[in-house]
Amino acid sequence: MRKLLAWLLAGVVLLFRRRRRDAPRPLDASSAEEAAPRRIVAPGEPVPAAELAVAALFVATALCAVGFVVVYAVDGIGHRTQLLGLTLGVAFLLLAAAFVVAGRYLVADEDAFEPYPEPTPAAQEELSRIVEESGDRITRRRLLVLTGAGAGGALGLALLAPAASLGPLLEWHELSATPWRAGRRLVDEQGRPLLARLIEESVFYTAYPEGAPREDIGAPVVIVRLPSAQLQLPPERRGWAPGGILAYSKVCTHAGCAISLYRAPLYAPTSPRPALVCPCHYSTFDPAAAGAVLFGPAGRPLPQLPLRVGRRGELRAAGPLSAAPGPSWWGARGEAGTR
Amino acid sequence: MRVRLRNAVVGAALVAVAATAGPREAGAGARPDGEQLYGRYCVSCHGAAGEGVPAGTSATGNPGKAGNPGEVAGPSLRGVGARAADLYLRTGYMPLLHVGDQPRRRSAGERLLDDAEIAALVRYVASLAPGPPVPAPRPERGDVAAGMRLFTQHCAGCHQVVAEGGYVSGALAPPLAGVGAVQIAEAVRVGPYVMPSFSERVLPDSDLDSIIAYVQAAQSPDDAGGWGIGHLGPVPEGMVTWLLAAAALVATCVVVAGKRSRS
Amino acid sequence: MRRLVRVLDERTGAAPIARKALRYVFPDHWSFLLGEVALYSFVVLVLTGVYLTFFFEPSTQRVVYEGSVETLRGTEMSQAYRSVVDISFDVKAGLLIRQTHHWAADVFVASIVLHLMRVFFTGAFRKPRELTYLIGLGMLSLVLLEGYLGYSMVDDLLSGMGLAIGYGVVLSVPLIGPALALELWGGPFPGDPTFMSRMYVTHVLLLPVAIGVLLALHLLLVTSRHHTQFRRPGAGERRVVGLPAVPSQAPRSLGLMFAVAGVLLLLGGLVQINPIWLWGPYDVASSTNGAQPDWYLGWLIGALRLVPGFDVTIGGATIVPNPFWGGVAFPALVFGVLAVWPWLERWATGDRSAHNVLDRPRDAPVRTAFGCGLLTFVLVPFLAGSADRVDVFLGLDYRWQLGVYRVAVVVAPVLVALVAHRLLVGLQRAEAIEAARRRALAEGRASRSGVGPRAGTG
Repeated sequence: MRKLLAWLLAGVVLLFRRRRRDAPRPLDASSAEEAAPRRIVAPGEPVPAAELAVAALFVATALCAVGFVVVYAVDGIGHRTQLLGLTLGVAFLLLAAAFVVAGRYLVADEDAFEPYPEPTPAAQEELSRIVEESGDRITRRRLLVLTGAGAGGALGLALLAPAASLGPLLEWHELSATPWRAGRRLVDEQGRPLLARLIEESVFYTAYPEGAPREDIGAPVVIVRLPSAQLQLPPERRGWAPGGILAYSKVCTHAGCAISLYRAPLYAPTSPRPALVCPCHYSTFDPAAAGAVLFGPAGRPLPQLPLRVGRRGELRAAGPLSAAPGPSWWGARGEAGTR
Repeated sequence: MRVRLRNAVVGAALVAVAATAGPREAGAGARPDGEQLYGRYCVSCHGAAGEGVPAGTSATGNPGKAGNPGEVAGPSLRGVGARAADLYLRTGYMPLLHVGDQPRRRSAGERLLDDAEIAALVRYVASLAPGPPVPAPRPERGDVAAGMRLFTQHCAGCHQVVAEGGYVSGALAPPLAGVGAVQIAEAVRVGPYVMPSFSERVLPDSDLDSIIAYVQAAQSPDDAGGWGIGHLGPVPEGMVTWLLAAAALVATCVVVAGKRSRS
Repeated sequence: MRRLVRVLDERTGAAPIARKALRYVFPDHWSFLLGEVALYSFVVLVLTGVYLTFFFEPSTQRVVYEGSVETLRGTEMSQAYRSVVDISFDVKAGLLIRQTHHWAADVFVASIVLHLMRVFFTGAFRKPRELTYLIGLGMLSLVLLEGYLGYSMVDDLLSGMGLAIGYGVVLSVPLIGPALALELWGGPFPGDPTFMSRMYVTHVLLLPVAIGVLLALHLLLVTSRHHTQFRRPGAGERRVVGLPAVPSQAPRSLGLMFAVAGVLLLLGGLVQINPIWLWGPYDVASSTNGAQPDWYLGWLIGALRLVPGFDVTIGGATIVPNPFWGGVAFPALVFGVLAVWPWLERWATGDRSAHNVLDRPRDAPVRTAFGCGLLTFVLVPFLAGSADRVDVFLGLDYRWQLGVYRVAVVVAPVLVALVAHRLLVGLQRAEAIEAARRRALAEGRASRSGVGPRAGTG
């Protein structure tokens, strides 16, 4: 027991004892060396309180760090993320405080000077001369430079060439190809065909082409039904909406978000007209008028999918989309192709 | 009779201050009469027998306020049933003060009518013609994960994926905080204002139960990461970045720098 | 300790350089530390990022979730998304590290912007530091891309929508847009499954290395040309005055580094960021209201909303699709102006000399006014970007707000610049009058003779 106390006391003394500051070294007159060097770092008075403060902050940091490990290790702790962040975050803040206190009170407070770098014309001159003198032996400079540039350029392009395989670089028709073609059946999320007589007004449906991959901006279409009297389709699209059922690409022609808003007024005289709206920048499209843009930054109407009703009453596409789906590019206004 | 008259006078006085939508005083006296309430609040737009008042002009087609000032128009209430009446009255959407108003939910304290009056009015409207009753959803039977998928598919575009509400080109889809199961079911089936209406065929009752279960769960989302800052995503996150973090770090720079810098 | 130094120097020859470096002088002003805040955020990003790479699966293969988050059970999602949900809920410190990483990214960009503002408003970009400045701008643009890719890799509903918009913006570049988009994505959106690993490699390797190299160059140039300083007695164009690295500046800088780490960890544990389990996974046919990019891209979503709805077409060909103006032209304009500014200023002022001493913002009213105008030009689209939420919260009609912002984005920068210029010139005059007054007093001419109107309390 006494031995333990002795060790503890020794530890405390070791930890807390203060070092006697060294006196400046005396001149060594007998040595052939220069006089003792002047101080580089400015001197300063000790601040014992600050030393204790820094030590205390270090201890606190250690405690928080231990707390972090404890929270980490113990199972079944609630709000674990909060406690972990708190312990580790505070640990770092305490450490920061320790260093800031040390910087303020434990090290010299001095103004140091340094000259800004001067221009070095001599070195610049020599550099230029090295380059010039190195090229002294060459007589056909222009020839070598031109052919060298040609070599470098061609080689550079050659090294870049494999990048072309990253994607179908020149197959721009891919951008307007969609799985929709005449006769393709429309199916819902679960793969069940959509029956025309079950399509109701005032609600919207999402449909996909049967048997085709869904993760394709040409695939999803949004289906709504309006009273035929309200339709204002252009003459060439008269047959595209059997029974007032309309299908449009679900991907906005502005920047490509899914159009998942349908404005379906219950009482028309006091409400805005039915519209398909995109939640990203609020491009608003008129399903009654061939997807014309009513509001928002979209530059072209929503591509429409012509519909027909199959023999068993199921909805089928009657052709490809009227234009490329999704965000515009130079060929987007042409009729969509089929994959 | 005198009591009814007094109720009518009190009610009329309250209508006069309806624009400020203050909390109602308790009206004393007999059970409210649905037909009387209808006559006071609804008849001018919905007609004496609930047949509706046709609009003077056709739909303007422009988003926002429709109709000219002073013009009234209202749909027929025959056959809408207790379901629609209950929805519009309990949310406070109705009675409407002006034709073409942007509908806004009103809390129970702000509503024009109290619960007993609403119940009476609902009974009256339901009596006009046979219509759907107030729904009785069972969200405890629903699957909250299926509800999230269905909500994302049908509702998140307007109401935001955690039901914080959203904008819809000329309308607002309200946040669903504090909305009860019955009201959700009613709104889904009725599709008030510009909301789509999802019938039992499009969304069977079991799916509706799941959606309601999800909306209820979304009222208190799993904020495992700490303070949820509104569950809106990057906009509040950006505010925290600048107003909390950047401010704290600039202050730290001022503290860390030497005394010379503060001269 | 002397033995250690001798042993190391004999083997590395580093003593002379270290001797100089240890006494390198740091001019002393709090605003000079903003760049360090950015640096330390980067350190936190790298450390937390490495940890995340050990758990993230960069794969778009579909899986059905059956983990601890109830609302996601039975939902189909990509491996990438699932792995991030697992990091958040099934790795003990996973959510803390994830959130700290994301907060660090947000704070990183904010501190770079603050640092850029300090550099701009004090004229630190002037000769001989134009190269340092350009490297800094280059880093900023890389950092914006890095952040975008980082949160888009998670494949959640919000960031997936953001990627689709990014695709639309790339596609809108005239001439090369379609080819570029097809190359980057490996096909039309959502692209080849390898797009996910392309994002991953770029975010984890290519961009951090590029940023690291530029950062090293930036710091090298800063120390080679030496830090700039404000004018003080004894400190001018020829001589820099300040704190030596050792022992004065080092503990302060280290303290700042730990403080940055502490703040980011506190945020990472206490304030939720990017709760992807609430958003759900992304698919092409899904979207949500109120989706936004991370804050540093808010100016772009605002610009995309502000530009009126038109595609530039010739015949049936769409020459310039709409997203180009807000998504490409606008940021290119802002960065372009910032990049050529040092030479623009040189040409406008005729000042071709080197400067080591900084201007106070008021000392260069035209520059400061222009900077304020440019900030306003960027800020108005930021506001437009959240106009829909403002409508939901405060009831201000969205379309009305758009109209106001469309006018403001052109008018407000000019107004702000003019007002700022006025104020600064006024401040300068006030200072000059005050200085003259003091001089007169010092020379013994009493205030009874009057020295002009009292300067405003400065």
